[in-house]
Amino acid sequence: MKICVLVKEVPDAAVQKRIDQATGRMDRSGERNLNPFDTHAIEAAMQIKEGGAVQVDEVVAVTMGPESAVRALHKAVSLGADRSVHLCDEALAGSDVAATGYALAKALEPEQPDIVLLGQQSDDGACYTIGAVVAEHLAMPSLTQVIQIDVQDGKLRCERQAEYGYDTVEVELPAVISVGDAINEPRYPSLKAIMGVKKKQLDAVTVQGLEIDAGLIGADGSRVQCGSFHAPPAKESGQIIEDEDTDETVQKIVAWLDERKLV
Amino acid sequence: MSDILVYVLHKDGKFNENSLGAVSEAARLSGELGGECHAVVVGGDDLTDDLCASVGRWGARKVLRAEGPEGLSQPVVDAMDRAIDDGGHAYALFGGGLLGFEIGAGLAARRHAGVTMEVTAVRAEDGELVAERPILQDTLISESRYKGDLGVIIGRLNAFEMTENGDGDAAVENLAVEYSPWSERAKMVQRGEQRGADVNIEDADFLVAGGRGLGNADGFKLCDELADAFGGTVAATRAVVDAGWYPYAGQIGQTGKTVAPKLYLAAGISGAIQHKVGMQGSENIVAINKDANAPIFEFSDLGVVGDLNKILPKLTEAVKARRGG
Amino acid sequence: MAAPSRKGAVAPIQFPPPVDSAAEFVGPPTDSEDERIEVGVAIVGGGPAGLACANRLLALLEGEPELTERLGEVPVAVIEKGKSCGAHNLSGAVMRPSGMRELFPDVPESEWPVYGEVEDEAVYLMLNDRRSVRIPTPPNFRNHGNYVVSVAELSRWLAERAEEAGAYVLTETSATKLLVQDGIVRGIRSGDKGRGREGEELPNFEPGSDVTAKATVLAEGTWGHLTGAAIRKFDLASEDPQVWALGVKEVWEVPTPLTKVIHTMGWPLRTGAKWHEFGGSWIYPMGEDKVSIGFVSRLDHTDVTLSVHDVLQQFKLHPRVRGILEGGRRIGWGAKAIPEGGYWAMPKLTAPGMVICGDAGGMVNVPELKGIHYAIHAGIMAAERIVRALKAHSTDFSQYDSAVHDSVIGEDLYRSRNMAQPFEKGFFVGGAIANAMLATGGRFPGRHWKLHPDAGNPVFRGGRDKGYPKPDGKYTFDKLSSVFVTGNETRDDAPNHIRVQKRVPREIAEMWQWMCPAGVYEVPEDAPEEGRVDVIVNYTNCVQCGAITAKGGRLTPPEGGDGPLYTNT
Repeated sequence: MKICVLVKEVPDAAVQKRIDQATGRMDRSGERNLNPFDTHAIEAAMQIKEGGAVQVDEVVAVTMGPESAVRALHKAVSLGADRSVHLCDEALAGSDVAATGYALAKALEPEQPDIVLLGQQSDDGACYTIGAVVAEHLAMPSLTQVIQIDVQDGKLRCERQAEYGYDTVEVELPAVISVGDAINEPRYPSLKAIMGVKKKQLDAVTVQGLEIDAGLIGADGSRVQCGSFHAPPAKESGQIIEDEDTDETVQKIVAWLDERKLV
Repeated sequence: MSDILVYVLHKDGKFNENSLGAVSEAARLSGELGGECHAVVVGGDDLTDDLCASVGRWGARKVLRAEGPEGLSQPVVDAMDRAIDDGGHAYALFGGGLLGFEIGAGLAARRHAGVTMEVTAVRAEDGELVAERPILQDTLISESRYKGDLGVIIGRLNAFEMTENGDGDAAVENLAVEYSPWSERAKMVQRGEQRGADVNIEDADFLVAGGRGLGNADGFKLCDELADAFGGTVAATRAVVDAGWYPYAGQIGQTGKTVAPKLYLAAGISGAIQHKVGMQGSENIVAINKDANAPIFEFSDLGVVGDLNKILPKLTEAVKARRGG
Repeated sequence: MAAPSRKGAVAPIQFPPPVDSAAEFVGPPTDSEDERIEVGVAIVGGGPAGLACANRLLALLEGEPELTERLGEVPVAVIEKGKSCGAHNLSGAVMRPSGMRELFPDVPESEWPVYGEVEDEAVYLMLNDRRSVRIPTPPNFRNHGNYVVSVAELSRWLAERAEEAGAYVLTETSATKLLVQDGIVRGIRSGDKGRGREGEELPNFEPGSDVTAKATVLAEGTWGHLTGAAIRKFDLASEDPQVWALGVKEVWEVPTPLTKVIHTMGWPLRTGAKWHEFGGSWIYPMGEDKVSIGFVSRLDHTDVTLSVHDVLQQFKLHPRVRGILEGGRRIGWGAKAIPEGGYWAMPKLTAPGMVICGDAGGMVNVPELKGIHYAIHAGIMAAERIVRALKAHSTDFSQYDSAVHDSVIGEDLYRSRNMAQPFEKGFFVGGAIANAMLATGGRFPGRHWKLHPDAGNPVFRGGRDKGYPKPDGKYTFDKLSSVFVTGNETRDDAPNHIRVQKRVPREIAEMWQWMCPAGVYEVPEDAPEEGRVDVIVNYTNCVQCGAITAKGGRLTPPEGGDGPLYTNT
């Protein structure tokens, strides 16, 4: 069985992000790191591989991003992936969620994975959606926000917290599963593993090589345009009550809640 | 054509509130565009004609009903895809919640459409819809406009309010859907299991959060009682979780959970930024603290400077009385 | 000791931290041989000193194929505890270009990651909260020809070049133990990951590794962890103890460009001898739209309520400073201790198999506020001496020590060797003596003006906190939100990396509470007003400035990757 893990390099969440006033785009310079949710996906892949319920031959890390994205692949490999694939092409710049998912699906096609794992959201934009887009293009079932995966009889038994509580869903392979951070505690890479990443195979692929339809990617191929950043409406400053007579204070609080239909 | 298609989630004969909020919103917007709001429901026998027609209350003119599994997204993608093939809707709108993301994304992929998620506001402008979504920890709003035949808008949790702006029942039509092979390869084994041991604070409408000002772990009894009175849940700051006064599952803040309830009542919480980022999206923030200089008073909607040991019990009684409990 | 004797006043030095660094942090390798990671040269610290060393080593190795082969698969490894190189670096800073010129003679200065040459400068004596007077720029503050730089950005740039040249830069990796066998330094041991609050092993526990090397470079910055242990183990300490100052800094986006490099003295620091408040501020332009502003004060202070962070906030209220920052927005904050002992406090810089570079070796010129270029020069010298010695199959790097003393580092530090000490006599007397020293190139009054340990001064409540402004969250800030701005994301259940005595007199606890810029130390609300208290240590806030090490505690490296993520400091 082959597991592919989709990873993404994102600006470090801890660093204050800002909009570059000159371009109107998110200032993406500065610290870049493997998307924290993806470390959970890699860990999930490793746990399936080490779990013994199925024979996993390869765990492959796949990313779409500029040159610097190799660092995300290095991190994935240090955490246990056997090799990695880097889809890097200028034509992809400016791709929206639908275009990105399409391109990633095209990168996954030649791999013929049995399971595709990814983190359910990234720190810099899209949430809970890439998995569904990829699955659509790969004609696979998809689940997001999964916090438990058990491999049973060649199927995946997944748990996730949906609108009404916890759902247990059984999914046939091949499938695309987006995992939440509650699914596991990712391992730390050993120093040896970190130092060995450059030896692992890394394949660079392009739009042309994958026969990706150029009309469906990049800024031009994206069907949603984001822009016009503005500040949210300033919040009105609140009211302060100094408690002297508690009964009176409580009455005022209840009246305030009442006005807002909160009681 | 400027009709808007909305997915309405249901369980046990009841429709999800976020979905109905999306219907209300779609009804309003489609009106401004000169079109209609149509709803899609997917399920089994419990989707009676009457039940489906009742969606009209929130403004849907037509309800398209497909027979299929509940609680899974890909069958709904198939259904909505079919509906848009038939009806040529210009936009698909979803209320907050997991399925909205999955279906909206799948639909955007199916029809190669633009999609925006975590939307907090939508408006009609020059015959088109513009969606707003906050970015960078809610410090900026980004606007989305769509190219092509379809725009997919996925709302943030609780972004769209339910308003009964419809006039009468909606027309109910059956939708014959051919499900994709992959839609049939996921099966719901158990749906909607409640787990008591977990503290689920993210979905609560009313949260009573306790901080260091409670003094000790017993202080949480006061919070429990007040939360009960509201029918809400208790949460905690990192400081008290560290001190062992409350479990980590209830922790709000930079290293805990993010919440945006209708009412966030903070008792004995100073409002340091690591906590603030976890709850600043709350609709109404009430803070009770004996320190008049606590930072929380700078962003609370109602601040009460006083002793929470005196205020909380009396407030609990008053709220119970008000709610008729 | 020039300390006032107040009845009952206690000094932090009376409450030493529970640590024996030579015993705990030095030892032989413990991994089995095939588990050890072998590298050629192990460099601890990814700042200017360590990265200059790495870059120079690789340049030299290009012409040394035989040695390169002997150094193995990983000839040069840089071990950095921050999330990236630069993440734990902070300085003003104005840098002399000589270091970069020597390191990269072929790289045009237009490609350097700097904010432009200093064109204009001014020094102000702040008289009080409203007035200031410009004074003629003393020679030590003349900065023409120097560059304004962010040392965090510089480190990132140096790291990229080192990686391109073939260095293995291992970030998020702390070096917790110095490996010594048969009296020779053999490398370092990296820190464990995945320990819980009590040090217990969590499910994803990953032990550190022994990294053995033919040469070890300690470039850990201000009071490095292994440096401290090595100094004790190999008896490298100078006669005088190292002393420190604490610098707290902010980076601001400003609407109007600042056109000169500014230094100030005086207010809000007090001039009386008993306070031991020696320091001042800097305000440097970072390009057209940003400004670096910081305040520094010595850590031998005696007023329990001295908080350099709050002094900086107070300082910002001065009209001259407001004029620069008004309408702007804070985009960075950080804190770092500075070794200020100068010449007399420099340790011996080598032991068998090991050298010390940069701030860790006390290579800071206090009167001129310079240290970055010395760090680079030292890194270069270390690389050259190491290559020379290794070629001769030797682990004796002692030539490096003499090289440093013969170089501009030794010259400059010797000349300024007594310039900070006079200020323990107070601002005016100290200033007069210091001026005399400057005028005579250090020859007057000559002699060895001894340094005293910072923690040796008794502390008492001096009430300077009355002057601190209440933070408004827009122009002045509290400590917690400042820590947030650093991107500090330490795990809540991480183990405590700070060694202090937990039960101390209340004044000591209060002193730590005020001193720490990150709000780590807290006196419990229910503590008695006098006598001993159990100090609370919120170590997850720690930005690893190192101040506690000067004042009665001992900082050790936390789990690799923890701590701030400085980008523009």
